[in-house]
Amino acid sequence: MPPGTPAPALAEIPALELRGIDKRFGSVHANRAVNLSVARGSVHGLIGENGAGKSTLMNIVYGFHRADAGEVLVNGHATNLHAPHDAIAAGIGMVHQHFMLVENFTVLENVILGVEGGALLAAGLARARTELAQLARDYALEVPLDETVADLPVGLQQRIEILKALYRRADILVLDEPTAVLTPQEADALFAMLRRLRDEGKSVILVTHKLREIMAVTDRVTVMRQGAVVANLATVETSPRELAEKMVGRPVLLRVEKAPAQPREPLLSVRALEVRDRFGVARVKQASFDVCAGEIVGVAGVSGNGQSELLETLAGIRAPTSGAILLGGRDLIAERLDPRARRKLGLAHVPEDRLRMGVVASFSAEDNVILGYQDRPSYRRGALLHHRAIRAECEKMMAEHDVRPPSPRLRITAFSGGNQQKLVLAREIESAPEVLLVGQPTRGVDIGAIEFIHRRLIALRDAGKALLVVSVELEEILALADRILVMHAGEIIGEVPRAEATEERLGLMMAGVKREADA
Amino acid sequence: MTAAGKLPRWAEFALLPLINLVVAFVLAGGIVRLLGENPWQALRLLVAGAAGSQDAIGYTLYYATNFIFTGLAVAIAYHAGMFNIGAEGQAYIGGLGMGLAALWLGDASRWVVVPLAILAGAGFGAAWAFVPAWLQARRGSHIVITTIMFNFIASALMTYLLVNVLIKPGQQSPETREFGAHAFMPAMHAVLAKVGLTFAPTPFNFAFVLSLIAALLVWIFVWHTRWGYAFRVTGQNPAAAVYAGIAPPRIIIGSMLLSGALAGGLGLNELLGAQHRLIIDFPGGAGFVGIAVSLMGRNHPVGIVAAALLFGALYQGGSQLAFDLPKINRDMVVVIQGLVILFCGAMENLLRAPLTRAWARFARTAPAE
Amino acid sequence: METYTLFILLLAATIRVGTPLLLAALGAMFSERAGVIDLGLEGKMLGAAFASAAVSAVAGSAWLGLGAGIATGVALSLLIGFACITLRGNQVVAGLAVTIMVVGLAPTLGLAWFNQGGQTPSLDAPGLRFVGLPWPWSNFAREHPFPGLLYAELVSGHNIIVYVAAVLVPLSAWVLYRTRFGLRLRAVGENPQAIDTAGISVNRLRYAAVVISGVLCGVAGTFLSTAASSGFQRDMTAGKGYLALAALIFGKWRPYPTLGACLLFAFADALAARLQGVALPLVGEIPVQFILALPYVLTVLLLAGFVGKANPPLAVGVPYSKEK
Repeated sequence: MPPGTPAPALAEIPALELRGIDKRFGSVHANRAVNLSVARGSVHGLIGENGAGKSTLMNIVYGFHRADAGEVLVNGHATNLHAPHDAIAAGIGMVHQHFMLVENFTVLENVILGVEGGALLAAGLARARTELAQLARDYALEVPLDETVADLPVGLQQRIEILKALYRRADILVLDEPTAVLTPQEADALFAMLRRLRDEGKSVILVTHKLREIMAVTDRVTVMRQGAVVANLATVETSPRELAEKMVGRPVLLRVEKAPAQPREPLLSVRALEVRDRFGVARVKQASFDVCAGEIVGVAGVSGNGQSELLETLAGIRAPTSGAILLGGRDLIAERLDPRARRKLGLAHVPEDRLRMGVVASFSAEDNVILGYQDRPSYRRGALLHHRAIRAECEKMMAEHDVRPPSPRLRITAFSGGNQQKLVLAREIESAPEVLLVGQPTRGVDIGAIEFIHRRLIALRDAGKALLVVSVELEEILALADRILVMHAGEIIGEVPRAEATEERLGLMMAGVKREADA
Repeated sequence: MTAAGKLPRWAEFALLPLINLVVAFVLAGGIVRLLGENPWQALRLLVAGAAGSQDAIGYTLYYATNFIFTGLAVAIAYHAGMFNIGAEGQAYIGGLGMGLAALWLGDASRWVVVPLAILAGAGFGAAWAFVPAWLQARRGSHIVITTIMFNFIASALMTYLLVNVLIKPGQQSPETREFGAHAFMPAMHAVLAKVGLTFAPTPFNFAFVLSLIAALLVWIFVWHTRWGYAFRVTGQNPAAAVYAGIAPPRIIIGSMLLSGALAGGLGLNELLGAQHRLIIDFPGGAGFVGIAVSLMGRNHPVGIVAAALLFGALYQGGSQLAFDLPKINRDMVVVIQGLVILFCGAMENLLRAPLTRAWARFARTAPAE
Repeated sequence: METYTLFILLLAATIRVGTPLLLAALGAMFSERAGVIDLGLEGKMLGAAFASAAVSAVAGSAWLGLGAGIATGVALSLLIGFACITLRGNQVVAGLAVTIMVVGLAPTLGLAWFNQGGQTPSLDAPGLRFVGLPWPWSNFAREHPFPGLLYAELVSGHNIIVYVAAVLVPLSAWVLYRTRFGLRLRAVGENPQAIDTAGISVNRLRYAAVVISGVLCGVAGTFLSTAASSGFQRDMTAGKGYLALAALIFGKWRPYPTLGACLLFAFADALAARLQGVALPLVGEIPVQFILALPYVLTVLLLAGFVGKANPPLAVGVPYSKEK
C-alpha cells in the first residue's frame, strides 16, 4: 500500500490510542494531555526535540511509567499498563535505542529471556528455535541463533531486538531512534522491513528526531514540543521545514550559511596511524591525513568503525600501536605527550560523550570549566586554586557562548544537554587552540542550540584554525565540512571534497564500497 | 537521585546524618533493652561517662584524636575513589615506624626525635598502603579485599615482631621497652598547666592539636589545590580524569600513600602521647571507626572532626557503661559503630525520601519573602 | 607410606577446612551473579555460627541449631539486601556495616545470655554437634592403605554438611545454567535493564539471590561452630568470609573453578597447620604468625597474579534504578 492512502473501513479502530495522557516528574510536566492515534497497519512517526516528552510517552505505552491521568486503548479496549509485562501481554513490543541485550548470552538466550516456556530451559530452547526459524522466513529476519551477542555487529543486534518483539507476538512495535547506529543503506533496509511489517498488518511507531526518516517511511507524523502535541499530520502533506518549525516553535535555519574555505598550511598531520584495542584487534588501520589551517575536515562513518578510537588517539587518551601525529613541529606519539601536554601545544578536544568524559557530573559548572586546564597559572595563586578567577572566567565563557542559566556554581547536570555542550565547547575554544578536535558536536543538543554551535565552529575555521569534526550524522558532516574523510572498518576508505559529496556517495563509502561504477 | 525535589545543602550534610545517627542510637537502645538493661539509664551513663567530668572529657578527646587521623585517612582516599579498609593495618605499621624511630633516637633532642618519628610513622603507614594501591592501579585487584588482607597480615607481622624481636628483655607481655626521654607528645594537662589552667591528668595529649592541623591541611589539599582537584576528578569520573591529562593509576597510588600516612598519625596519639612504648594491637579498631567517622562526616574534615568527637564520646562513655552495667560489655560500642555505618553509609536513602517530602511541604508553606 | 598417610590426612583436613569456604563462596556466587556484591559473608557466617551454637546448646539439638543458623543467615542477607536493592545504597558499605555489627553483637548477646565472656556453652553432649558419619566398611578399609585409606579418610567419616556442600556444587551449576531461574539470575547481573524490559522484576530476582546466599552462609556458619568446633567463640570466622570472596573471584564466578580455589586455600591452610613446629630443611621452624598469615598472603598473590583478567558480572555493584 502506498503511504498516505486512507485505511479501509474495517480497520477504523486505531491499533493504539492515547487519550489525555498527563505525566509529571516533580515540577517537570513531561506530558500534557497528549492525544495520539495510531491506525492499524501504518507507520506512525513521533518527532520532537530532547525533552519534548516522546520518551516519557513511549515509556508509558510500554508500562515503564504510569500516567497521572488519561487512558491507553489498545484496539479500542482501555488497557491498564502497570508494567512491561502488561504491555507485552497487550501486544506492544519496544525496540529501545540502547539495546536491552545481555552481551554474554547467545542470541537464542536473549530472545527467550522472559518467555522461556517452563522452569527448565531445554524444552523452551528447542521450541523457540523452530518458531524463530519460521519468523525469520516470514519477515526476512535471519539471525545466527547460537552466536554470542557481543560478537555480532550492531545492525544485527538491532534485528534481534525486533525479533524479540515479534516472538512475543507484538502487533504494535515502537522503535526508539533506530537508525542511530546504521549506515544510510542499512537504514533503508530497516525501512523496507518496517514497510513489510506494516503490510502484514502490524502497526509501527517510529520515534526519531531525524526529519529525513519521517519523510521516508511514515504515513502520519505527530510532533511534540515541551510535553504537548503541537501537530498531527499526514506525512505527504508536510515538509522537513514545516516539521522543524513545529518542533522548535519558530522558523529554523536548517543549514548555516558559510563562506567557502581558504585552507592554508597543515597544522595537524597524521601518518600511518595504527590503533589496536586490548584484544589486539586493529581499530584504525594506517590512517594518514592532514588538517589545514582554515578548514574543517569532517570524518563520516557509522559509529563503531574506528572514528572514536581515532579521535581518542589524536587527543592522547589512547595509545596507538604505530604511526606519527605531527603538531607544531613535534611528534606527539614519539614524544609520548599526554592530553595535558597536547593542550599546551594548542590541541583542544571536545569529546564525543560529554557526560562520560567531557565533564564531571557531580561538579559545578565552574569546577568543570577548569577540567583539563587545572594547571593553568591564571587559575592559581601559588599552590592554591584561585576560585574567584575561575568563577570570573566561567561567567565570561557563559556570557560569550550563550550558556543558560549563567550560574557558575550550578551543578552541571542541571543544565540542558545543549547548554552543557556549549560550555564544553566554550572551555575548549577559549583555550585558544590551533587545532580543535570535536566529536559528535550536537549529540543530545536541541535544534536551537545546534545552529549556535555550528556557527561557532565555522567562526573558528574562519579565524584560521584547523578543525577535525567526527559525526555519525551525515547531515552535520555535509553542513560543516570542507573536506570529508569516510571511515569504514578502521580504514579511511575515501576522501571527498564537499562540493563533490552527496549522501548516496558517502553512504556507499560508509558501507565499505570504495569506488562505485560511475553512473 | 530521586527526580522529585532536593534537599538544601545544610540538610544534606548535617541534618540527614544526624537523623541517621538518632535512628542508629534508637536501635542500639532496643538492643540494650533486649539484654535486660534500661536504655535511658544506659544513655545517661554514656553521656555522663563521656563528658561528665574533666577526666571524662580528657579521655573522650584522647580517643577522638585517633579517630580524626583514621577518619581523614579514609576520607582522602575516598575522594580519589578508593575505599581504604586498611587504615587499621596502616596505623599499626605506621606505629611500628614511629616506635623504631623513638627507640633508636629516643635520647636525642626533642626537636630531632619527634619530627623524625612523625616522618617514620607517615612513611611506614604509606608503605603499608602502597602494595594494595599498586595492585589496584596496575592489576585491577579490588582494593577493599587487598586492604582487608593486609590488615590481617599486619596483625600477624606485628605480633611476631613484638613477641620475638622487639620485646623488652625479661618480661612476658609483648611490648617494647619505654621510648627515650624526649620521644613523646606533651600531655595536654601539662601544656594547659603552663598557661595556668588546671586539667585532670589523662592520656589526652598534644597530638590532638596536630590532628586538627592535619584536618586543616586535608581541607586545603582536597578543595584548594590542583592535586586535590585531580583526586576528586579521578574519584568521580576516571574517564574524565584521563581526558583532563590526569593519570588515574598515579592518583590511586598517591591517594593511598597519603591515606596510609595519615593513618600512621594515630601513633602520635597512642604511642608518643599515651603509651610511650609499642604495645600489641594499639590501634584497637580505630581503623574501622575511621570508616564510620568518614562516612558520617561526609568525607569533609569538619564533619570528620565532629564525628570523631562523637565516637570518642561513645568509646569513653561506652567503657564507663560496661563498667557500670554488668550485662553490657565493650562490644556494644562496636555494635553501635556498625549501626552508624549502616545508617549513615548504606541506608542513608531510607530517610532521605521522607525528609525530602517533609522539607518540600515545609518549604511550600513557608511565607514568601 | 608415612608420606602417603600424611598426604591423605592433609587432604581430609583440606576438605574439612574448605567446606565453610565453599558454602560461603557458592552463596556469594549467586548474589554477585545477580549483581549484588557480597561483602557481608563474614558477618553472616559469624552470626550463623553464634545462633546455631546458642540454639543447639539451649534446645539440645544440632538440627535446630542448623535451622537457627540458616534463619540468621537469611535475616542478615535480607537486611543487606534491603539496603542494597530497595534503598540502592552502597553495597560495599552495607556488607561491611552488617559484619561489624555482628562482630560486636554476637559476643554481646553471648555474654548476656550465657555469661561466659561472649562464648556459647560448650557443645559436649551427644546430639549437639554434627559428627562424622562413617560409611560402611570404613574400619575395614582403613586397614588396607591403598586405596582403603582414601575411602576411609577422604570419602567416609565427614559430617553431613560436608556431603551437602559437595552435592551443592553440581546442583548450583545445574540451577545456574539449566533452569529459567538461573538464566534470569545471570541476566540481571549483566544487564538488569534487559530483565526489566522483559517484564521481570529485577528486585525480586536479586532478593532471591541474596536469600540463597544467606542460606548457604548460614550452613557455613553452623558448620564452624557445631561441626568443626564445639561452640561459638568471638571472631571465630577470622577472615574466612573474605577468603571465600577471593576464592570466588579466583574461580571467575563459576561453580567448579570456585570449588578448586576453595580447595587450594584450604590446602594451604591445612598444610600450614601441619608445618607448625616442624623444622623445614632450609628455613628451620616457621614462626606461627607467618603460618597464620599464609592464607591472607596467598589471597593477595592470587588477586595480584591472575585476577586482572577475570571479568565480574557486568552490572555487579551498581544499584538499579529505572530512570537512566
